[in-house]
Amino acid sequence: MRLAATALALGLGVFAFAAQAQQITGAGATFPAPVYTKWGEAAKAAAGLELNYQAIGSGGGQNQILNRTVDFGASDAPMDPAKLESGKLLQLPTVMGAVVPIVNLPGIASNQLKLTGPLLTEIYAGKIVKWNDPKLVELNPGFALPNLAIAPVYRADGSGTTFVFASYLSAVSPEWKEKVGAATSVKWPAGTGSKGNDGVSATVANLKGAIGYVENAFASQNKLTTAQLRNRDGKFVSPTEAAFVAAASNGDWANAKNFAVNLIDQAGAASWPIVSATFILLPKDPKDPARSANVRKFFEWAYKSGDAIAKGLDYIALPAAVKEAALKTWSAEIK
Amino acid sequence: MSTTTETGAPPLTGRRGSNLGDTIFAALAKLSGIFVLAVLGAIIAALALGGSKAFIAFGPKFLSSNDWDPVQETFGALVPIFGTIVTAILALAMAVPLAFGIAFYLTELAPAWMRRPVSTAIELLAAVPSIIYGMWGFFVIVPIMSQYVQPFVIDTIGELPLIGPFFQGPPFGTGILTAALVLAVMVIPFIAATMRDVFDTVPAVYKESAYGLGCTTWEVMRSIVIPYTRASVVGGIMLGLGRALGETMAVTFVIGNTNRIATSLFGPGNTIASIVALEFPEAETGSLKLSSLLALGLILFAIAFIVLAISRTLLKPGMKA
Amino acid sequence: MSATLSVIPGPAKDMNASLALGRKRKRANRIVKTLCLTATGLGLIFLASILATLLSKGIAGLSLTVFTTSTLPPGSHGGLLNAIVGTLIQTVLGAAIGTPIGLMVGTYLAEYARDSALGNAVRFVSDILLSAPSILIGLFVYQIVVSPLGGFSGFAGCLALALIVIPIVVRTTEDMLRLIPSQLREAVIGLGAPKWKMIVLICYRAAREGIVTGILLAVARISGETAPLLFTSLGNLNWSLSLTKPMASLPVTIYQYAGSAFQDWVDLAWAGALLITAAVLAVNIVARTLLRGRK
Repeated sequence: MRLAATALALGLGVFAFAAQAQQITGAGATFPAPVYTKWGEAAKAAAGLELNYQAIGSGGGQNQILNRTVDFGASDAPMDPAKLESGKLLQLPTVMGAVVPIVNLPGIASNQLKLTGPLLTEIYAGKIVKWNDPKLVELNPGFALPNLAIAPVYRADGSGTTFVFASYLSAVSPEWKEKVGAATSVKWPAGTGSKGNDGVSATVANLKGAIGYVENAFASQNKLTTAQLRNRDGKFVSPTEAAFVAAASNGDWANAKNFAVNLIDQAGAASWPIVSATFILLPKDPKDPARSANVRKFFEWAYKSGDAIAKGLDYIALPAAVKEAALKTWSAEIK
Repeated sequence: MSTTTETGAPPLTGRRGSNLGDTIFAALAKLSGIFVLAVLGAIIAALALGGSKAFIAFGPKFLSSNDWDPVQETFGALVPIFGTIVTAILALAMAVPLAFGIAFYLTELAPAWMRRPVSTAIELLAAVPSIIYGMWGFFVIVPIMSQYVQPFVIDTIGELPLIGPFFQGPPFGTGILTAALVLAVMVIPFIAATMRDVFDTVPAVYKESAYGLGCTTWEVMRSIVIPYTRASVVGGIMLGLGRALGETMAVTFVIGNTNRIATSLFGPGNTIASIVALEFPEAETGSLKLSSLLALGLILFAIAFIVLAISRTLLKPGMKA
Repeated sequence: MSATLSVIPGPAKDMNASLALGRKRKRANRIVKTLCLTATGLGLIFLASILATLLSKGIAGLSLTVFTTSTLPPGSHGGLLNAIVGTLIQTVLGAAIGTPIGLMVGTYLAEYARDSALGNAVRFVSDILLSAPSILIGLFVYQIVVSPLGGFSGFAGCLALALIVIPIVVRTTEDMLRLIPSQLREAVIGLGAPKWKMIVLICYRAAREGIVTGILLAVARISGETAPLLFTSLGNLNWSLSLTKPMASLPVTIYQYAGSAFQDWVDLAWAGALLITAAVLAVNIVARTLLRGRK
């Protein structure tokens, strides 16, 4: 009892003398969390703003901003336009990222294996089950592909990465689009799930013959064995920054409603086919204009000075014209 | 960790007339009891309300359908219910013999100086946070399963007729069996502690007379201790089962999350708690998916309710024996 | 007691058969003993393996900055100070809210409602809460506190943890009060003391260590909980002691950092896992020593 009383007194004391720092709270997608927090750290020094960003998942970010429990939400998947409308939300892009396939095949180094979208679809559909399948051998004549079972690994947790990857499979395969489709989690026909990028990469590393998909930042930071993909122009490309930027700059930003641009399977000889933007969601009717102004100040700073930080963490910065259009829309929609 | 034991007297009520202090204290105690009742009622009401959309949309098929397709928005609870029950039963199949061995060792075999430290060490297993079990399971058990145990078993038992199909498929390391194994380690301390406590309640005179007749330790255990404590032991196992059913974080790391009913023990699966934890962050407010997840929560409460009710009825007569 | 002693052989008619049977019985006994020793060894190996994993992976991230710096972005040499303090505040406050309620419920069950219908219902419900998945508790607090108040807060996290504390304290309090011999109660009542004084002054005192153990076990349990905090106190990257704002905690930080792409975050996650397990185990050892000191 005495212990409880002391604890209560301590708690109330803390409550009364709580610090009152100016803070912006954001929540949502896991994918941009490192770059948002890094921006937050730099903006604290440059603009005097304290950002608290919590990676609770894209769906969580959408829920929280709809309930107005945070100052901004973040989502990898663009939000349904009708929901944006009814929730009085503005959707703006911040950075872009890519999803890359990773493999564990004895004797095959990074970016040596060649894959195509339709083949990836057949692997994840459980139709191509051996690495020495004639279709794979034909694509990779230089390597002796082993008689090894293919073990597809996907994200067990609902995630924007799954949405982007499944969007790509849907874009290249009408059958996948019809039978499985794209969402933050889908009804996988084959393989196993593992939690998070780390889970997928560890499961792939544990098992010879495994294939998985992770965010580019995760693959490059951890030097994972990635594979080449054939893009829309029929060229094989490796997952490099140049290939991501090529895809991003081919996007049709001007005609994308709510900035929900589709960067999947872009044209262009150098384009990496699985690229996507990540978004923030802002209330058009902020209950506290001062906080809303702080959020704007933060992202204005990030658009202007955040590109180097984004690149340092293996993200792709937005084209300058897109950032300009975003700020213009912001000024028009949120007074 | 401890079980209810009836050594105290029946409550002495109102022998000293009505005293103001007594009235207030008794009212406060009763109010707290009603509060707990109300909290569970509110949780169940919140889940039922949240899950009503799914129950209305799918009807009884929600329980029998194995289709969980977030894209088409059709949800069925069969795979997670199946996974919850199968992992829990497998976990018990592994945990009960081990826990029995530990309890037997601690009560009858271990030298006196070893009992306390070993007992504490086993109980500490119950204190490790479940996220730590998840990380340990994923980084220690999964590689062992995937690189040594599963390839070996698949090449040997997997080739056999009849039981072979239960041990086939790619050796991911994750899956139903691995989840059950991690759950088993988590419930061992609960079952072992209950067994140890009830074994200790056997009056020494019974055991001593059996020893006096020339019985070995195992014979005393089999013929005296187990029959005497059978109901309580089963009750303790049911408590362990209750824990295994609701475990969340540890399972999410190793289960593999798939919505197919696994035919192989090495195949990936799902439990109710794990699918709620893995999919909830991506479920939007008002969506059928969120409603289905809440409905799953309600089903889990119903399963826990049944298990607990069984363990209650088993524990009661055992204690009065 | 009607246990059958059919295994005990009757007076030996045939000496050789009797000896053979004795050998067989001894062998069975040896086999069972070996199996039990193996089972106990396995249990200890599991614990040792968990601790060894935490030590080997957690040491790399452990340094003084862990305790002096708050969480920072990858590559900025952050620590876990805000998460450690946040976990301390929420754990202590959660226990402070949950303990008195749990204590009163336990008292009600042991002293007032041993066999009443309401008592049985409360006991049953409390035990269901004991095995309820903690994520559902978090979801519930989100629905009744976070959503209506329009924001995540450390206080909501405390409430969720308090709801987890209550059934644990109820169970131990009731068990401990029931162990108090009836003679003691009768003696006190016989002296003319009112019942509430008997409970508070005599029963609580007699059951003190057991009840404290229950509270410490509850503290240990909630200090490692992730799921109920994800949607209540959310987490906070910055130093904040305000209960009305999102608050950091070690388990949530571990959960988010362990899966990140950046090695320094992963190291911090394991360091945090090591810290929290060490703290929880220490609290448990203290609690169990207290309990055993009584016997």
